Amino acid sequence: MIAKEQLKTEISADGAPRETFVINLGPQHPATHGVLRVKMTMDGEYIVRAEPVCGYIHRMQEKMGENRTYAQFLPNTSRIDYLSAMTYTHGFVGAVERAAKLQVPPRAEYIRVITSEMNRISSHLVWWGAFLLDLGGFTPLLYAFDDREKILDLLEGITGSRLTYSYFRIGGVYNDIDDTFIQGTRAFVAQMRPRLKMYRSLVTDNIILRKRLVEIGPISKEMCRKYGATGPVIRGSGVPYDVRRVEPYSAYSEFDFVIPVLDAGDSMARYLVRMEEMVQSLRIIEQALDKLPGGPVMAEKIPRVLKLPAGDYCYAVEAARGRFAVRIVSDNKEIPYRVKLRTPSLSNLSLFEEASEGMLLPDALALMGSLDLVIPDIDR
Amino acid sequence: MNLITPQPPGNTPQPVPASTPAAAAAPTVASPAGQQSAVASKPPAALVPPPPAPVLPNPLAHLSLPFRGVDYAAKGYHAEATVAPDQVVSVAEQLDKEGLSLDTITGVDWMAEGQMEVVYDYFHPAKALRVVVRARIPRDNPEIATILKVFPGANWHERETHDFFGIRFLGHPNLTPFLLPEDADYHPLRKDFAQ
Repeated sequence: MIAKEQLKTEISADGAPRETFVINLGPQHPATHGVLRVKMTMDGEYIVRAEPVCGYIHRMQEKMGENRTYAQFLPNTSRIDYLSAMTYTHGFVGAVERAAKLQVPPRAEYIRVITSEMNRISSHLVWWGAFLLDLGGFTPLLYAFDDREKILDLLEGITGSRLTYSYFRIGGVYNDIDDTFIQGTRAFVAQMRPRLKMYRSLVTDNIILRKRLVEIGPISKEMCRKYGATGPVIRGSGVPYDVRRVEPYSAYSEFDFVIPVLDAGDSMARYLVRMEEMVQSLRIIEQALDKLPGGPVMAEKIPRVLKLPAGDYCYAVEAARGRFAVRIVSDNKEIPYRVKLRTPSLSNLSLFEEASEGMLLPDALALMGSLDLVIPDIDR
Repeated sequence: MNLITPQPPGNTPQPVPASTPAAAAAPTVASPAGQQSAVASKPPAALVPPPPAPVLPNPLAHLSLPFRGVDYAAKGYHAEATVAPDQVVSVAEQLDKEGLSLDTITGVDWMAEGQMEVVYDYFHPAKALRVVVRARIPRDNPEIATILKVFPGANWHERETHDFFGIRFLGHPNLTPFLLPEDADYHPLRKDFAQ
């Protein structure tokens, strides 16, 4: 990394006039994991300016929200960030339930927590495999997808779907969980703990990985605050911000878990935060299975035609990538007046231009991977 | 009546104890706060005139800004203020000094009233404090100052709001299409938009 001031001088370090050139990283590039384009002004291997260009997979989800009923919009919510479909559906049904004052049965809330946390682990596993693939390690991807497959099988058993679940419904969940799921999940938790320890000795303590990540791509607390970065990005910069703790929703206030926080702010800190989050998610799942209450999984008396009282309603959840918030503006009709989706990847990527200034290109790719981007989540 | 800020009838789980008999009886397990009043079923909000809004403590009372406390359980945020369009930058500066972070910026098209609403969401990274700032601007000339100098994160949010609503953020250095195609001259979230 070279100093930002040095990049702005006319003469480079070797005395020759400074020359820059522009390269496009993407929209088709393996390191961006989707159709993101980064317009990079380079001075040799150093980045003078890296400007992300978004919108290649824009689908106008918010307009779709304005021309269908609340229940009809539910499948869309799984397709914004397809890797954490559960939590995104939770954000939307939470906003509707808040507005309609629906009482969700305790069992449904517990099932929501269990499935959301499994979804979080599967999302982190995809990130872990893909991130290490970016850094040149192919093998971890196969381990990660092996473990993720078990989660997908379990979730498929109760939701009928492997990726875009649409499992949460307004007032509860679509389907009660059965003994097969409960036993399978317990077996998964027991099996995943030693796997995470193995990941540590296999990958995390690897000297090559450490050299690629430690002190690379530092992001300060203040930069996170100014850009609205959340999730493992802000927690890797020493701020213990987690929606599950700061604004507890669903049944999260009833479980004992730790919010992992590291002060370093570099790519390694974000890596370690996510690895520890998987351990904590396993703890939450185990507690929720132990305390799982009985009863129905859908609220009673949900009107077939749902009209929300006029006004605006917000609901925020902690998705795998950070804070996902929904704002619904209702004018007391069957169809929302406005649906705003605040997605974490957009805010997390928006700091990339400032953070990557003066970095070496391969280091900037490590930084980008440590942000854990899902491009449809940015473009919506 | 202002469509955006009606008070929901009688659901104040906290902090006015006198008006929360339902809240005390409701089970605490797995109920996101605010759903307690489902116990006391009432006619739909639109049919009865709302009772006088209870006065909630304003978490930002020390600022000389028109913030008022909001029932978080019912709405999902703690305080809100409607400010004049030329005040949004100074409000952002004061909230910045309070340590808040910019959540998002968006718009709402109130076509019947001939107005555009710009909504600024803020959150506090250390405590439960969500703040909503609103400003109304004329729909036929939607212009408002950028808060990009205070929160650089506003850059993309303002470009997106310009894409969708055609709201011009004065002073923004690069108000080009962000999510829409680079030659887009339409604003799809305007209520009179038709393909």
